[in-house]
Amino acid sequence: MSECPVCGADVELTSDAVVGELLSCEDCGTELEILNLDPVEIGEAPSAEEDWGQ
Amino acid sequence: MRIGLLHSLIRKEEKLLIEAFKNAGVDPVMIDDRKLILDFHTAPDIDILVERSINHSRALHALRLFESAGVRCVNSHHVSQVCGDKLLTTAALKESGVAQPESRVAFTEESALDAIEELGYPVVLKPAVGSWGRLLSKINDRDAAETVLEHKTVLGSYHHSIFYIQQYIEKQNRDIRSFVVGDECIAAIYRSSDHWITNTARGATASKCEVSNEVAEISLAAAKAVGGGIVAVDLFESEQGLLVNEVNYTMEFRNSIDTTGIDIPAVVANYVIEQVKQQ
Repeated sequence: MSECPVCGADVELTSDAVVGELLSCEDCGTELEILNLDPVEIGEAPSAEEDWGQ
Repeated sequence: MRIGLLHSLIRKEEKLLIEAFKNAGVDPVMIDDRKLILDFHTAPDIDILVERSINHSRALHALRLFESAGVRCVNSHHVSQVCGDKLLTTAALKESGVAQPESRVAFTEESALDAIEELGYPVVLKPAVGSWGRLLSKINDRDAAETVLEHKTVLGSYHHSIFYIQQYIEKQNRDIRSFVVGDECIAAIYRSSDHWITNTARGATASKCEVSNEVAEISLAAAKAVGGGIVAVDLFESEQGLLVNEVNYTMEFRNSIDTTGIDIPAVVANYVIEQVKQQ
């Protein structure tokens, strides 16, 4: 369990969580990124850049 | 077997690929492009690199240097270069005789306006590099053309003054996305929307599309034209038959697994593992 850095809501990680994974805060909808797993650290995900895509 | 997975942010697709590799008995070596330092000589100790970076420019340059250091990459630098730039995609498709919408390229506002009028309204202006349907402009008349061209010239970076102009195809509110892995077109979906942009990233809904001979044939031809590998091909249904709109080299497929019944990440993982075994 960790905390959304924007609204403070609890954010639960799945057992297969990986560093770099994108999450959405269920309370405020902010796009989050897992920065560390041990200890768990969550930050706001970077904003989309012009060359992002598929 | 050591399979590298080049990434930045981990999307649903990368999670599914990690799981698929693990199910196949391979724990991928995660390579975050944000931490990568390339010295033009060496590369991580891997048998193959699977490119899954969300940043086109990072993928493009990293792949070039990984290949220079002797690492085989899927997709290759060549494929990323061709698919990442719509001008290069169009040229490659043309050289292979693959059907596609008419398009023009121009470098000034004046010549772009002439090109638009030559093609006839409506047309679609697209950035040469870009994805998810962003910054596409459907131009219905001369007033709109003049406005958009001026805005792109004045407000955009120099990339936006390379004007890529495509004939607008009436597509009955949907297009087709097909998935090619190696020599096989493994699945396809319809992407439907009331909006003329039918990217699922823009809210279009996915439904199953049978892989007909026509879909498979043009999809494989398009994949081959850009260099082959693992690609998603966007197709328009037109009065002239299927036309290739774009080819994507870091394909997203989260909405297409349940829709098609095909375990796309498993197929991709098995293909990559097979490539290593054949080395």
